[in-house]
Formats: sequence, C-alpha cells, structure tokens
Amino acid sequence: MKKQMIAMLLAGGQGSRLGALTQGMAKPAVAFGGKYRIIDFPLSNCVNSGVDTVGVLTQYRPLQLNSHIGIGIPWDLDKQFGGVTILPPYERSGDSEWYTGTANAIYQNMEFMEQYNPDYVLILSGDHIYKMDYEDMLARHVSAGAEATIAVMPVPWDEASRYGIMITDDEGRITDFEEKPKNPRSNLASMGIYIFNFQTLKKELQELSTVPNCDFGMHVIPHIHRRGGKLYSYQFNSYWKDVGTLGTYWEANMELTDLVPEFNLYEEFWQIYTSAEAYPPAYIAEGGKAESSIIGDGSNIEGSVKHSVLGANVTVAPGAKVRDSVIMNGVTIGEGAVIRKAIIAENAVIGAGAHIGEGIFATSRLDPRVYNNDITVIGAGSVIPENVTIGKNVAVIGKTTAEDYPNGVLESGDYIVKKGGRA
Amino acid sequence: MKAVGIILAGGSTNRLQSLTARRAVAAMPLAGTYRSIDFSLSNMSNSGVGTVAVVTQYSSRSLNIHLSSSKWWDFGRKQGGLYLLNPTITPENAHWYRGTADALIQNLDFIKERHEPYVIVASGDGVYKLDYNQVLEQHAASGAEVTIVCKRMPEVDTERFGVLQLDENNRIVSWAEKQTDDPHGEKIINCGIYVIRRRHLIQMLEEAAREDKYHLVTDMIIPHLSETKIMAYMLDSYWNNIASVESYFACNKDFLDPQLRQFFFKEYPVIHTKVDDNPPAKFNSSARVSNSLIAGGSIINGSVTDSVLFKKVYVGDRSVVKNCILLDDVYVGDDVVLENCIVDNKARISNGTHMVGDPENIPILS
Repeated sequence: MKKQMIAMLLAGGQGSRLGALTQGMAKPAVAFGGKYRIIDFPLSNCVNSGVDTVGVLTQYRPLQLNSHIGIGIPWDLDKQFGGVTILPPYERSGDSEWYTGTANAIYQNMEFMEQYNPDYVLILSGDHIYKMDYEDMLARHVSAGAEATIAVMPVPWDEASRYGIMITDDEGRITDFEEKPKNPRSNLASMGIYIFNFQTLKKELQELSTVPNCDFGMHVIPHIHRRGGKLYSYQFNSYWKDVGTLGTYWEANMELTDLVPEFNLYEEFWQIYTSAEAYPPAYIAEGGKAESSIIGDGSNIEGSVKHSVLGANVTVAPGAKVRDSVIMNGVTIGEGAVIRKAIIAENAVIGAGAHIGEGIFATSRLDPRVYNNDITVIGAGSVIPENVTIGKNVAVIGKTTAEDYPNGVLESGDYIVKKGGRA
Repeated sequence: MKAVGIILAGGSTNRLQSLTARRAVAAMPLAGTYRSIDFSLSNMSNSGVGTVAVVTQYSSRSLNIHLSSSKWWDFGRKQGGLYLLNPTITPENAHWYRGTADALIQNLDFIKERHEPYVIVASGDGVYKLDYNQVLEQHAASGAEVTIVCKRMPEVDTERFGVLQLDENNRIVSWAEKQTDDPHGEKIINCGIYVIRRRHLIQMLEEAAREDKYHLVTDMIIPHLSETKIMAYMLDSYWNNIASVESYFACNKDFLDPQLRQFFFKEYPVIHTKVDDNPPAKFNSSARVSNSLIAGGSIINGSVTDSVLFKKVYVGDRSVVKNCILLDDVYVGDDVVLENCIVDNKARISNGTHMVGDPENIPILS
C-alpha cells in the first residue's frame, strides 16, 4: 500500500512572539476566529485537498494540541490506513535529541514517512491562516518535473525585505533566493510550504543529517540549489496571513468582522473543520448588544459587544462593554467591565468594573519585542480583580488579586506574571 | 449497566402540521442546535446505558441522517452501542410497526438476546434531563412491575397526554388516555418513559402478540392497572413534549431562559448532539438583537427580538424578526417583517415580505 502524497505538519514551535498566548500551548494550538485553533487551517486544507495522511510534529507544550487533534475525527482523519498521527520527539539508543530544526524534525521521522511509501511529501507549518489547494500545487510540481516546489506569495515591495524572497525565471523555476534582503530583487515571499519528491527529500536529509539545527529554508533548499536541482515556485494569490505576532494575530481576527471578510468562513466551499463541542446558540439578552462581531455558540451577552471576536461560552455581564477585542472560549466578563483592544485567553475571569486597555501606549517593561503595540493581553485562566484599571500594551498572566494593583492601577507597558505563569 | 435502552422514535403526528411532513417528530430541531431525540439519547448515554436501540418508522430518513454516527453520544462502541431498528420484512412478518408494542414485538429477538436485567423504554420527543438510574433504583425498591415517569403539569392539553391518578404510594390507579372532556387544572401526566424487568417485558410482549395487540399503553398497561403494580416516578425538573405546533413553539422559546440552558447544556452531564462545522454567528454593524438565540453559521444584519434562529440563518438589511422560530438555513431577505411565525428549514423569505402571524395560531412558512 502507498500514498501519493503525505503531509508533515511542523507544530512544535512555541511562537514566542505571541507572548502570554503561548505560555501554556504551542502556537498552532492558539485559538482563532471564535471557534478554531490555528492548526485547523492547514489540517482542513489537507483533507480538502485530498491529503488524508498527516504527521503532526509536536514538541513545545503539546497537551492542548494533542487533545485538540485526538484521533482526528473532526477532520475525518481517523482512518484505517493513514489519517493523523502525532509525532513527538522520542528517545533512541545512543543519539537521542529534541527536534533541533524543521528539517531535522522531518529527518527523525523518516520511518513514519516510509510506512506510506509516498511519491511526494508536503511540508507545512502551523502558523498561518489561509485556504489552499495542495492538490493544485502538486499538479504544478509534477508538470514542472520539479524535485522540490516552494509556495510563494507576492507581497508589497516595501515589505519584501521582511521575508525569504525567491527569484524565479519565466517558467517559475527558482534561480536564486535571499533571506530578508535589503534591496529585494523580487517580491515573491516563501510561505514555508514545500512539496518534495520523497526520494529527493530522503537523500537530502541523509546528506545533511549532521548539520546542526538543520532547517529547510537555511540548509535543505540551498543545498538542492547548489547542486543545480530543479526547484520550482508555486504562486499563491489568495488570503494568507502570518499570525505569529500579537499585532497580526489581532488584526487577522478583526478582519473576520468585516461586512464581507476577505477570508470568508461562511462559504460552503472549502470548509474549515475543528474539534468543538456542541453548545446551544449564542444568546443576546434584552439590553445586550452585538455589532460588527462574531460570537461563538453558548455565549451569553447581556452587555455590549462591538467590533470583537468572541469564542464559545463567553459571558458578558450587564453593563459590560467589549470593544476591538479577541475573547477566547469560556471567558467571563463581569458587570460594568470595559475591555478595549485586548486579547483575553481561555477561561480568564475579568472582575466587575475592571477597565482594560485604558490610557495611552507605553513601551513594554516585560519584552518590547513581543509587546510592541497598544494591545493588552490576558493569559489563559487569569483572574483580574474587580474595579482595577489596566493600561495598554500590558500583559497579565495568572490569578491576580487587588494587592497586585497598587492604587488599583496597572499602567500601560507594565505587566504581572504570577508564580507558575510564564511570559 | 443494568438496563438496555429503547427509544421509540417512529411516530408521526399531524399536530405538527407541515413541520413533520418530511421529518420524524424525534428529528425535530430544538433550541437552535439540537434535535428532540438528543435529550433521550443523551440521558441514556449519561446514565451509563451502553446499548440503545432507536425504533424508527415514520420519515426515518431525517432521523437516520442525524444518527449517522453514534460517536456524538458516545455510543461508538465495540460492545453495545447504538442500534437502529427499522421496520423490516421477514418470512414471518410483512407489516409496518402497527403500534408501539408491535414495534417491540417485531424486535423481540433483540430484546431476548440482551443480558441486562432491565429495559428502559423512552420516547424520542420528550425534552427533559433524567438520570435513569434513579428510576431504576425506585423501581427495584418499590417492587413495581412497571415504573412510569410522570410529571405534574399545572395546565395541560389532555387530548395529547395520558392523565393518571395515583394512590398515596404513587401507584397508578387510573389512567385516562388522551381524553377530550377533562376539565382544566393540575394533572399528573405520563411522560412516556417506562422501566420494566426485561423478562417481564418479554412475557408481556409475547402475550400481546398472541392476542394481536399492538399498543403499549392501551393494550398492555391500562387494562392491567388493577392486578399489576404499576408505579409512577415523579419527575420534578423540566419536561416538555413538542408534538404540537403550540408546544413546539413554546418549548423553543423556553430556551431563551438562561437558567434552562444552564440546566440542560452546561450543568454536567450535558445534552449532546451531532457536532457541526459552522463558524460562529456573525453580527454585522446594523444588527440589533434582543432576547434571542442565534446559532452558528448565521449572519445578522437586521433586527431580531424574542426569537430562536437555528444554524446558518441569514437576516437581511432592515428586516425585522420578532417572536419567530427560524429553522436551519432560512434566508430572510432585505426589508422583511416577520412576526409570530415558524419558518421551516431552507425557506427563502423574499425581500419586502410582510408576515405577521396570529400568536394564538402560529403559521408555518416553508
């Protein structure tokens, strides 16, 4: 038995630039769009593209990811031959190691791939929101006679220097590439999505097996290029969003509330699947308000919600106001609380009368590389006491009490990380 | 588990008018994201009943689709699990199910092959939450031959229910089945949930088969009240039956009460249903929603008040929906006024439609 193409989904990264959101889970497990987790997008793309064998490589804090994926039922990936398999790092006699790089992680799972004797292997990451037909990319890979195909996306020229840029000829063959070039020669950015001929991949990974932190972009692709191997690009021209920073994560969520969102979850075609429980519908009480927002099942809205994304089972008490915010599953917002431009992670409890996102921006004292805009982030399971005021660009992780807030205030740029919590 | 479950879900009723033209009563959508059979089925699963048979007949396709996978109720098991008992032609029998007892008689093999000492027979259209173990305990302790779950109802349409009289020990002493001339007032009614020793049920069914009797209540229970100890188990939490347009409308609206949703869907153990893949409900900038349930996949532009909107409902610009039940996939265009209506699934209400129904006689649009 064999599979034409199997997918290997790299889901082991922490995603440290998501700050408090990835304190307890890997980036691909972070909630998105009121119902989903980031990994649902590449996983759903796989099944919608007819790829029914997916290895999910986990490493950083995999609990949430493992329980989300389970045996793959929501994606119809519970299969007799194929389906989804979680691939954590494992111990061997002698040379055990963690996954040290993207290519190294794949190399350590050679046995898994060989079980399916595939012609092609699709390499994916769990960091992006997009809908893509990998079958179309495979058709392009096959017709070009490529050894490896890299999905690329045209980006605005002035942003090109932030990406890995591919320079291609008229046929789409990659002639050169540059990592974050100062003066880009092309605006085609690599999306981190690769199709390899399995035999090519196997040979390359074996040859590079001693390279420390072996990475596709840094080592494997340059190696194929140097020996004159056939590298092709596959141009993708639809919605694709990296949600690797708090700013882009917030933005991508907010875009879903547009009248006609560019990334439309409401189309029948190319559905996104997720593991969710059944809940009753969202309830908007008399006196409650929901405008320019998406609100998950089981939520009870007695206050007012505007331009926000709410997950399942969120409670917004009477008099509370939620504006420009992402509120994840199970969050409770107390009476009269005011939330502005915040990301509040799962099951956090916001006390009555608390104000979040007040004042003006100040540089983060916790980590300016992560917290560098006016979004305030409340970690999963955190507790905010009643009537405190929290500024902009703040991170709160853990169960806080009134004593944690001198004069009842946490200034912009400040943070609280309680014992056991991690920034 | 000491009992096997049987859910009677084959019935039809003309009291639901066109709503049951294409679906079984047990497949009626409820509370925005559920179907009526979810309640009995979840109660079985939550009570630890490992083997459940669903008896279907009338418009069974709707129900079969809902039950296409038993995993949502945790019945996807190697041992036990969910059985669908559809009417079938055999060398001995070429009849449809001619009544509730006949449905069981035709599946006597299934009942005989089980090993559990008790059988719980429940209807597929009751809306309630009940740990059947409590009924079993009372059943065993009281030495009853049959225990029937009953509910005290303040005001009830006696035409639709069996009205019972109990003695001081909760033994059922008289039974008026679906009578018209009963005066109003508080009544004790039959909820259609029976607990009985399996061997006793087999005996009763064999006897009924010999006498060509087909009905559980009228042929097998009522005639034997005097010589058989038939006890009532009094249910004191919410119970409703949706088998008429008025009760269907009212029951859906009952779920606008947050406490009732808390009881059914958030307090452990909860009612389960088939999980869908709809995105969360979307409220655009002109949406005005008050005291309403809006299920996943819905998009709201207009105003919605005192209503239940099921999955993937669209409400257009400037439209006003008030005191309505809109089932799955209903499309309401722009500038529509809908009041006091039930709109059946997939109906399209075109732009500018104005429909104000009589609240005493809710119309069904399809």
